[in-house]
Amino acid sequence: MIDIHNISKWYGEFRVLTDCTTKVSKGEVVVVCGPSGSGKSTLIKCVNGLEPIQQGQIHVDGAEVTAKGADLTALRSRIGMVFQHFELYPHMSVLENLCLAQEKVLKRSRTEAEERARALLARVGMSEHSTKYPSQLSGGQQQRIAIARSLAMDPIAMLFDEPTSALDPEMIKEVLDVMVELAQEGMTMMVVTHEMGFARKVADRVIFMDVGAIVEDRPTADFFDNPESERAKDFLSKILNH
Amino acid sequence: MDYNWNWSVLLEEQYLDWLISGFGWTIAVALSAWCIAIVIGALVGVGRTVPNRLISTLCTAYVELFRNIPLLVQMFIWYFAVPEMVPEDMGRWMKRDMPNPEFVTAVVALGLYTASRIAEQVRAGIETVPPGLSAAGKAHGLSLSQIYRYILLPISFRLIVPPLTSEFLTVFKNSSLALTIGLLELTAQSQQIAEYTFQGFEAFTAATVIYVCIALLATVIMILLEKYTRIPGYVGKEG
Amino acid sequence: MADFDFNVVWSSLPFLWEGLQLSLWLTFLSIIGGIVLGTLLALARLSGIAPLALLAATYVNLLRSVPLILVIFWFFFLVPLVIGRPIGSFYSALIAFVMFEAAYYSEIMRAGIQSVRKGQVHAGQSTGLGYWQIQRYIVLPQAFRNMIPILVTQGIILFQDTSLVFVVSLRDFMTASSIVARTEGRLVEMYLFAAVVYFIICFSGSMLVRSLKNRMAT
Repeated sequence: MIDIHNISKWYGEFRVLTDCTTKVSKGEVVVVCGPSGSGKSTLIKCVNGLEPIQQGQIHVDGAEVTAKGADLTALRSRIGMVFQHFELYPHMSVLENLCLAQEKVLKRSRTEAEERARALLARVGMSEHSTKYPSQLSGGQQQRIAIARSLAMDPIAMLFDEPTSALDPEMIKEVLDVMVELAQEGMTMMVVTHEMGFARKVADRVIFMDVGAIVEDRPTADFFDNPESERAKDFLSKILNH
Repeated sequence: MDYNWNWSVLLEEQYLDWLISGFGWTIAVALSAWCIAIVIGALVGVGRTVPNRLISTLCTAYVELFRNIPLLVQMFIWYFAVPEMVPEDMGRWMKRDMPNPEFVTAVVALGLYTASRIAEQVRAGIETVPPGLSAAGKAHGLSLSQIYRYILLPISFRLIVPPLTSEFLTVFKNSSLALTIGLLELTAQSQQIAEYTFQGFEAFTAATVIYVCIALLATVIMILLEKYTRIPGYVGKEG
Repeated sequence: MADFDFNVVWSSLPFLWEGLQLSLWLTFLSIIGGIVLGTLLALARLSGIAPLALLAATYVNLLRSVPLILVIFWFFFLVPLVIGRPIGSFYSALIAFVMFEAAYYSEIMRAGIQSVRKGQVHAGQSTGLGYWQIQRYIVLPQAFRNMIPILVTQGIILFQDTSLVFVVSLRDFMTASSIVARTEGRLVEMYLFAAVVYFIICFSGSMLVRSLKNRMAT
């Protein structure tokens, strides 16, 4: 489904990604972790072309994201993305947030879009908030709505960029619950997160990154039980003991 | 477009003289007004922030009054109305004996108007200084004037250099309003050349180029000033 | 002190009112035109297309370096020449003001666009919205909203600027006041009255800006 082949990226002289290669198959859940500044967020943003790369190729569902003149908008409409800071549109109500791209990109009618939006809001437990504005909601609520907004596009895969790291601790669980449910339903997911409990529970594989490179890319149990690299061991000991 | 180009008209002695003299008046009005504006603007701006009800109210009134009346109206009031409103002797002197009445009036009007805009920048600059700093000054036993002298003014001066740059440019542009009371500064001269020669394109281009050069020069001066006075890590990207 | 007679104001009110209407109308149309053109200029500068950005930046910086009066002279000279016939001083003035104010509005809108977080654009992109859709539905509404107080402030400045049509004798409030002042020989009364009228309108405008700012801050 997602095929990342040997990609590298520079910001000017500074190399942020070094020869990264990995695959995510249909229905698979892959967690990407690593210390901050390791390039994990950059990697996931390359998958739907939000960040351009200078070397390598990325294919999503057979189409090359990195090709010159690739139809990025068509491709992006099929991959959902959830952001660290939710990025709900502050000037639109919850319902309008969910309907905008459905109407403008998928050309659904207003009624169709609203119907789909309401179904998804019900699913993430936010039905009663459809007429509110993002600023009236808690971070956890906003993130659940952001997930629903992505799902409204009927994506073939979902990307999560640190979806819980901007949340207060008591709100993390409500977002993770939605994500776990999604994973269990068979959604293809690539998740950048520090939530190792979530990784253990639903991830098929864990990718560990450091200084822009993929250091480990192994089945979940293997990664947690006997990490190979010193850096991964070090990272796990810090993150699991706190 | 049907137009006879004739750039050489700008080099004809008479018109070249007009341009040079216009340029001279523009510079003279702008710089003189700027001196008035800086002094009064700084005083009024500081006055708005001092913990004295009477002073701060008066200074606020000054700013609101001068900012909310078009400069053109102010120019006319200084030129036509004020000599009638002051004591008779003084009015007579202003109308008859005051040297260069257009120039003096333009400088006063532009200076006092620009002062109100500078006062706003100064006030904003002082208010951006974190209140903790003046509290620290107070805790060290500095007096109010010492707090202004050693803490608030040095920091806020550097903060307001960028907005002052644009005010400095504005004073040159606004000096063109002096033509409404008959001062033949740069814009007026270019208009006059256009009328005499029917070469409007050339005449206005000449004036435009000169204004652009003034703007570039003023910007460079202010950038240098800003570099020279910058506090490391406080404003801008450097530090 | 000479004796002043403010009755002249009263008797010429209808004439002055016509002038004021022209001032307000010119202000209103220039604000609309200036914001539209200014927004396009801002988008051009931020487009990432180098020649387009450079062109827009040159335009903005050029217009911001010259006095409005000179711009008015320019357009009163150019517009009939380009169009081939005179279109009346109101429309010449309107074009001059739109072209001039657009340079200032573009700076405001550019700051407004840059005040919208990049993540908002990413969110739009990630759902497959195109460049113009993102600008139209996500970025510009937020940019506009963030900048409302500054846009209104600029509108007040623009209203004051319209008094400069005096230099081409277009009969706005300023020119009308001046005509009465001269024909009636009542310079002091008329210019003071003009000052009061401008002050009331502009001061109310700045009070509006203040309350907008307060409302946005909460």
